[in-house]
Amino acid sequence: MPESTGPHLIRGARPLGGDPVDLLFADGRIAAIGPDLEAPEGAQVVDATGLIALPGLVDLHTHLREPGREDAETVASGSRSAAMGGYTSVHAMANTEPVADTAGVVEQVWRLGREAGYCDVRPVGAVTVGLAGQQLAEIGAMADSAARVRVFSDDGICVWDALLMRRALEYVKAFDGVIAQHAQEPRLTEGAQMNEGCVSDRLGLPGWPAVAEEAIIARDCLLAQHVGSRLHVCHVSTKGSVDIIRWAKERGCDVTAEVTPHHLLLTDELVESYDPIYKVNPPLRTAEDVQALREGLADGTIDIVATDHAPHPKEAKETEWSTAAMGMVGLETALAVVQQTMVDTGLLTWAQVADRMSTAPARIGRVGGHGRELAVGEPANVVLYDPEAPVGVDGEAMATKSSNTPFRGLTLPGQVRATFLRGAPTVLEGKIN
Amino acid sequence: MRHLLSTGDLSRDEATLILDTAAELAQVGDRSVKKLPTLRGRTVVNLFYEDSTRTRTSFELAAKRLSADVINFSAKGSSVSKGESLKDTALTLQAMGADAVVIRHSASGAAHRLANWVDGSVLNAGDGTHEHPTQALLDAYTMRDRLGRLEGLRVAVVGDILHSRVARSNVLLLTTLGAHVTLVAPPTLLPVSVNTWPCEVSYDLDEVLPKSDVVMMLRVQAERMRDSFFPSVREYSRNYGLDGERLGRMPAEAIVMHPGPMVRGMEISAEVADSPRCTVTEQVANGVSLRMAVLYLLLGGS
Ligand SMILES: [Zn+2]
Repeated sequence: MPESTGPHLIRGARPLGGDPVDLLFADGRIAAIGPDLEAPEGAQVVDATGLIALPGLVDLHTHLREPGREDAETVASGSRSAAMGGYTSVHAMANTEPVADTAGVVEQVWRLGREAGYCDVRPVGAVTVGLAGQQLAEIGAMADSAARVRVFSDDGICVWDALLMRRALEYVKAFDGVIAQHAQEPRLTEGAQMNEGCVSDRLGLPGWPAVAEEAIIARDCLLAQHVGSRLHVCHVSTKGSVDIIRWAKERGCDVTAEVTPHHLLLTDELVESYDPIYKVNPPLRTAEDVQALREGLADGTIDIVATDHAPHPKEAKETEWSTAAMGMVGLETALAVVQQTMVDTGLLTWAQVADRMSTAPARIGRVGGHGRELAVGEPANVVLYDPEAPVGVDGEAMATKSSNTPFRGLTLPGQVRATFLRGAPTVLEGKIN
Repeated sequence: MRHLLSTGDLSRDEATLILDTAAELAQVGDRSVKKLPTLRGRTVVNLFYEDSTRTRTSFELAAKRLSADVINFSAKGSSVSKGESLKDTALTLQAMGADAVVIRHSASGAAHRLANWVDGSVLNAGDGTHEHPTQALLDAYTMRDRLGRLEGLRVAVVGDILHSRVARSNVLLLTTLGAHVTLVAPPTLLPVSVNTWPCEVSYDLDEVLPKSDVVMMLRVQAERMRDSFFPSVREYSRNYGLDGERLGRMPAEAIVMHPGPMVRGMEISAEVADSPRCTVTEQVANGVSLRMAVLYLLLGGS
């Protein structure tokens, strides 16, 4: 756990990519912003020349694996990985063992996050008992618990039953919650191994059709609008999904959506190698889908970037494709991938990156104290990022316990230099503090 | 050429060299002493995760006729997950110094994965619904042997294309060798992107038969009916089965092929299966020569 520390004076950082300015962090807050600030007694001075300052990132979709799969990740190791990626708050998905479907489990996860102290961990509660899709979990008890759960998801599995989905959407209105849906029509994806298309046909791997995602999103948007509730769509991966969400927003549905960094950069052509490092749910899609996702994120149809950080031990990936686990780690590379795909391509400004990766996810998840302006009096949750420090990705060198990064071998354009959680550095000079 | 994983990796010259080499080696099978000393001291491992006595025996015979040492590695009975055992097994084979590994596996891509983990040559003897390159090569060999050419030959492949590794390998190889392929099946048993494949597609067998020099019937598993790929076995047989009457509508020289094992009745009638125009037994015999050629070329026998 990081030591609580005295004031920090950040010299010459560029808030939201703007002009350089000094920032003073004291007592957990941003105490001053301005040119040539004087360092108070005992302040640690951080040279941030050329670095971009953004509000600490907020991830709405992280798998921390604890309880149950501590060999892949723990709340502590996942939190460190998040801090290394510039995150100050993460949502821990509910598909743990046991499932986070009771107040007891969500409180346990929340406490472990507090003890680790690298970022705020907000548990996601399961929608249904045991993720079985049969019966609503005690959503209200989780909302009332110390963890104050606001996001509910059976992620990994689709809430397939339309009636159950309707009830869940209605029920969470009582405490301003949101249902985050993993959109995957189960019958259309039985045995599916990768995106259905030319590549799956060539490789002889059962395909996962885009329509299996799009059909559920369309249904859920209509349901959410009908009952007047909030819907959040997890990891949108197809062009058709973007079109449907755009249509739903136009007709007044309160829907938000996320895209992962890997779906913004990678395509199903990579599966030609049969390397399960590229096996993920939803699967990598085509170049046309990637382009539509980037455009959707740029025009606000897709609200946020979420990592779907999914650590797995080596043996789960060192196998033939069909038996390998699905998922990729992503916390430590997210910002650099967003820079490469969205900023360097001119699709997003840094201010918009702050919105998509901090402000909007904090709003959707109802996370207090995060995703705020970089302004005097606000909590000093800040990431300092160097957009001109290309780095080769090496899974072994990461803070996460697992190394299943699909960006292995790629050079990404920038690096997180420092992360501050309420004024205390969790990462400094690119290293865990 | 280090491995044989997909017929898509073969150039026209390489494929032709394999067929020509097989033709030379076929003569060995006619001798009283059916052995060549070519691969003496080399080790070939048969690694079969899926039962296929026919294919395994064919590879075993091919390796033995070239005087290689053959190990049939039992991949069964392992309590660990299939995935772990594949990598562990690869490391074991590596330690044993296998020069070539012949792998049959239910997972598409298993041969590709294995090729990352061993130094020797990997021969794909069928991986999931992906490919079965030596089957396609022996099919092409049989066509050339019977009909004297491959260039311009019209080949109809009929049946469960979607799940067929034989069909995939054949489309790639036959196209490389200059033949024209037409896939015939109900739309449910065709890949979604089939319109991008280098072949024709038809849902109508009767329309295709008179224009075909070769009709290759694929095995259709009755379970596909339960998965709603077609309404009933009867309806499938009526539309896509090959019987004597349909055989009569094919050109006089045209041949009927089947990768075996045949289930008489559903996709092919007994009358057709026993007809002299059906090449199933030749395909089996040619398989040995063809696999000898592949082993010979991969292991650079001297
Ligand atoms: Zn998911």
